[in-house]
Amino acid sequence: MKKGRLMIWVAVLTVLAVTALLAGGCSGNKETGSKAGAGKEPYKIGAVIDISGPSSSLGVPERNTLQMLADKVNAAGGVNGHPLELTILDNKSDETEAVLAVKKLINQQKVLAVIGCSSSGPSMAMIDTVQKEQVPMVSLAAASSIVEPAGERKWVFKTAQSDMVTVSRLVSYLKEKGLTRVAFLYMNNAYGDGGKKTFSGAARAAGIQIAAEEKFEATDKDMSPQLTRVKAAGAQAVVIWAIPPSASIVTKNFRDMGLSIPLLHSHGVGNQNFIDLAQGAADGVILPIGKLAVSTQIPDSDPQKKVLAGYIDEYGKKYNSPPNSFGGYAWDAFYMLVGAIEKAGADQAGIRDQLEKTQGFTGVSGVFNMSTQDHNGLKGESMVLVQIQNGRWKLLN
Amino acid sequence: MDLTEQLLQLLFSGLTLGGIYSLIALALVTTFNITGVLNMAQGEFLALGALLAASLCAAGAPLPVAFVISVAAIALLGGLLERSVIHPARHAPGLILIIITIGLSISLRGLALLVWGTEPASLPAFSGGGPLFVKGAAISPQSLWILSLVAVAVVGLSAFFELTYIGKAVRACVINRTGARLVGINPAAMSFLAFAGSGALGAAAGIFIAPITLATYDMGFLLGVKGCVAAIIGGMNSVGGAVLGGLILGVLEAYGAGLVSSGLKDALSLMVLLAVLLWRPEGLLSAVTGRKV
Repeated sequence: MKKGRLMIWVAVLTVLAVTALLAGGCSGNKETGSKAGAGKEPYKIGAVIDISGPSSSLGVPERNTLQMLADKVNAAGGVNGHPLELTILDNKSDETEAVLAVKKLINQQKVLAVIGCSSSGPSMAMIDTVQKEQVPMVSLAAASSIVEPAGERKWVFKTAQSDMVTVSRLVSYLKEKGLTRVAFLYMNNAYGDGGKKTFSGAARAAGIQIAAEEKFEATDKDMSPQLTRVKAAGAQAVVIWAIPPSASIVTKNFRDMGLSIPLLHSHGVGNQNFIDLAQGAADGVILPIGKLAVSTQIPDSDPQKKVLAGYIDEYGKKYNSPPNSFGGYAWDAFYMLVGAIEKAGADQAGIRDQLEKTQGFTGVSGVFNMSTQDHNGLKGESMVLVQIQNGRWKLLN
Repeated sequence: MDLTEQLLQLLFSGLTLGGIYSLIALALVTTFNITGVLNMAQGEFLALGALLAASLCAAGAPLPVAFVISVAAIALLGGLLERSVIHPARHAPGLILIIITIGLSISLRGLALLVWGTEPASLPAFSGGGPLFVKGAAISPQSLWILSLVAVAVVGLSAFFELTYIGKAVRACVINRTGARLVGINPAAMSFLAFAGSGALGAAAGIFIAPITLATYDMGFLLGVKGCVAAIIGGMNSVGGAVLGGLILGVLEAYGAGLVSSGLKDALSLMVLLAVLLWRPEGLLSAVTGRKV
């Protein structure tokens, strides 16, 4: 009996030890070395990224990009001779984890500024902390509400196009094609809610009627019931506001149910992963996307063309895969922040002011013009409409 | 789209979802009856099976080969885990055993995260061609594959329990462990068999559902919970009950989302669980035997 007891404890402890080891291995910090400019105090910046969990398809390319750029800056001598010390933490796509991570970065690491998160929910969750601690934050997520109203979001900026930019492209397309009765499907989180609010407002203003409005969970495996309601409502087109994998599943369900009306997505599906997972069902989908995905198809006169080619080349060499627009948000956030630190030094209020003064910054996601009223700085022309054809993005005109 | 068409469409969707839940519930119920352990890591077997098959397919193996290899591998894994973790603790109270399987579940999920990363993987559908239409409602061929696997699993398990010598030995262990030992049956071997079998069934289920749900390292947890709810609704000691519970749960979720509100899907299934626990705690199909959950 005694031996049995012992064995139980051994078994339980083994399981716990393995679990702790694995958990530690997954959420551990990843620091980028500080080789350059050994003499000067390093500039510390932090990032909280959705590296695991449902939004990981966004977070992984962002982490890769940040690591690549930090290495590059350090190899070139750092920022004004100061090495850059970047700490990237994983929030597991979770709001609570995001707040814990940002508190750790601010209180323990004493970072000058924070980049993140990848998705809207965790980004919203961090706002309170950075506002209170007065640390500049650059989010990589879409929802407009992250930086609006700009008066209340003094310390918060973001590089991903706001919902409004995407929505205006979609609404003008629908109007142009005379599709006035549409169904709207969205994922039940901050990203989906943001899209729903912005879309329904813009649609009403444009005289487009929303025939059905349905939501689904990020972890749902089958959205046919929601699509059944869409079918019953007799919509002329469907707009879906979600990110993969649920966005891929709903697209597959859409084709499986034999629906043949136009299917429009948000920029949340702007990565190759969406197409791969939907396995052919993605063909025909129309969406607004940053120019990165169609960099070879845009005219040479476009100011972003050179930046895009450089990023694609660099990322491809390091990771053997093409970058996507999410990595691009990280690229923009990183260089915008480094530029601000270059001018302001180790002064958080100064960095914030410099971020707000960003003008004509040509990044991967567009040309940024920040102001006291606009902490995103991107306009409609930063996006183009594409259609997926044979598994590739094709520029629409 | 009129109402009957809509109802039929939701029924198809619900049956697909229900089929998935049934498969997990089946494996849970079988293990529970043989070993008395509610295996919370069952969902992880699904995830690992699907991920392994997806990797093999991506490496160029034909689907049937990938299927056989990953089912065998996960069966082996199930057996090994039973030997290394469950067997040494076999005299512990049920609660400790459940907690051990929860630990297993977390460990396996972490392992899958390390090996496969966070990107979802996909498997091609088993048979090509578009959806089939029944009175205007569409059903995808893959859904039919899933439902066939449920049918095969039920028939196979019933035949195993009723017709084979080992199956009868297993049932003897369920009825009376000590008595079974006295007539020369080795309960430890049966427990090994149960875990290996539920590993195989889990992997098969994972591969069948992956073309619809995609395969991710964390898909197992939620499916495991839903399978557990299905097993409780149907009755923990009834194979038929597990299937019925799964199908009821799936159809309810589909009707809840499709007819009432898409936000009410999970609430509805939990309300049914509560109702069953309150009025018929032994489950819908379970004979009243004194063993309750």
